[in-house]
Amino acid sequence: MKTESPTVKTFIFKDEECAEAKPGQFLMLWIPGVDEIPLGILDARTDGTISVAVKKVGEATEALHQKKVGDVIGVRGPFGNSFALPRGRVLMVTGGTGTVPLLFLAKRVESKVESLVFVQGAKTKNELLFMSELGKFKKEKMRVVTSTEDGSCGITGLCTEPLEQILDKEKSDIIYACGPERMLAKVLELAEKHKTNLEISLERLMRCAIGLCGNCTIGRYRVCRDGPIFTKEQLPGVRNEFGVSKRDFDGKKIPL
Amino acid sequence: MKENRLSVTLAGLKFTNPTMLASGILGYSAETMESIAEGGAGAVVTKSIGLKPRKGYANPTVVQTSCGLINAMGLPNPGIDEFAEEICKARSVLKVPLIVSVYGFSAGEYAQVSAKAVNAGADAVELNVSCPHVKETGSEIGQDPEIVAEVVRKVKAWVGKPVFVKLSPNVTSIAAIAQAAAKAGADGLTVINTVKAMAIDAETAMPILANRVGGLSGPAVKPIALRCVYDVYERVEVPIVGCGGITDWRDAVEFLLAGASAVQIGTAVATSGPNVFQSIAEGVDAYLRKKGFRSVKEIVGLSHRS
Repeated sequence: MKTESPTVKTFIFKDEECAEAKPGQFLMLWIPGVDEIPLGILDARTDGTISVAVKKVGEATEALHQKKVGDVIGVRGPFGNSFALPRGRVLMVTGGTGTVPLLFLAKRVESKVESLVFVQGAKTKNELLFMSELGKFKKEKMRVVTSTEDGSCGITGLCTEPLEQILDKEKSDIIYACGPERMLAKVLELAEKHKTNLEISLERLMRCAIGLCGNCTIGRYRVCRDGPIFTKEQLPGVRNEFGVSKRDFDGKKIPL
Repeated sequence: MKENRLSVTLAGLKFTNPTMLASGILGYSAETMESIAEGGAGAVVTKSIGLKPRKGYANPTVVQTSCGLINAMGLPNPGIDEFAEEICKARSVLKVPLIVSVYGFSAGEYAQVSAKAVNAGADAVELNVSCPHVKETGSEIGQDPEIVAEVVRKVKAWVGKPVFVKLSPNVTSIAAIAQAAAKAGADGLTVINTVKAMAIDAETAMPILANRVGGLSGPAVKPIALRCVYDVYERVEVPIVGCGGITDWRDAVEFLLAGASAVQIGTAVATSGPNVFQSIAEGVDAYLRKKGFRSVKEIVGLSHRS
């Protein structure tokens, strides 16, 4: 276990199946007696261990934060599709815990891409995640741009602002984005404007995680099965829900 | 021609092929129901809807086992007033019959929800008197043939469309419940809903499902469901829709031979996706052709000796 920020902890554990996970995939984590929640996979290693990062937002995540090394949790997974592996000039944009799947992707493709620009946004400096991990990438390959809403670190504002500036100035082959959905909607706009390929990672309330129950749907897509990674081409078809609404546990659409 | 061989009429509804989506699978939205119909389903049954919204149970709501799935969702649904809009939307886009699954805590509720569903556009209703994991509804109602009969009578009095009744295997005599439902006016019987089951984790010594008990579905229940269809067929004249562990065309044929006029597929959508309906329909068609049958009807109940 590792504390990353005042609200985020990383958990490392062994799971044979999830150790085969590809960047973008998620697992369902059982906190016995409490809940089972979806979590993006932060890393999957050849020694059979995987990492997830958990932000404390409610009862289940609070219970998880209270756990000690050696405590037992349950795991199902890995689920979902994964990011297409990029080449060339790559742009990654993350907000909040969106950094998780993209850090995983960045580690896997560092040697294969021409360049990597990692734009990370957070509300404030101590919510910026994995800054030391990002610092370990080769400086010739990876450029990290940070933004905070309160200006305590890097550019003041939302991460889509430096993204826009980068897109105006440089040519990128593909953008990957993960974070709050309103941010992703803005990223889609920018990707369409600049005609750049885009893959995003979506989140929805999950129950079965295997494409049956219908709780995680957006339009005709099941986020647990057809996603969580979606491309620029798929998103316009779900415009009335993307960035707008999701289904609550009773199946009713609620605003995001 | 394939279409004629596979087409089925039951309870007054016409189906282009004898496969249907089982209740509980992707049944909240018109869009996902449409993708199921595009995958070849001859009809779609919605998620079970009640009078009031229900959030359902906390997770874990699903346990994956080697032979099937155990679920205890807890009848999560937005309630009929909210869902009516979705029924209306689905009815306008779907090219196949739309059957709305209904549950209630009294005969009156079943009737009320069914009436609202039909008003919104449902071609038929399927009464859930068999969900094994919610108190005072589902199989708790479906245990008692007299209560089932009362529910069916009331719904039939309120609703002018076909009424299917989905039966529970968690009873002493499913044939007796089936007979009571048929006598009370059911237009068709769906046999079966899930089998009561649970999973316990050895490491934590705890049941895994938040509700502890759930319903088993998938390949493990096929032999149980087949026996139920066979026994019910001996007792009733109304058409039976077979459900339970069907994953390929051969399973579907077995159910038809046992006495089902059509089949529902649910759990298999997880492994095989929406196109499972088309591949099963094609497989059934090939079987009929190979064996020299001209329609599905010709093999319904064929396994029974006269």
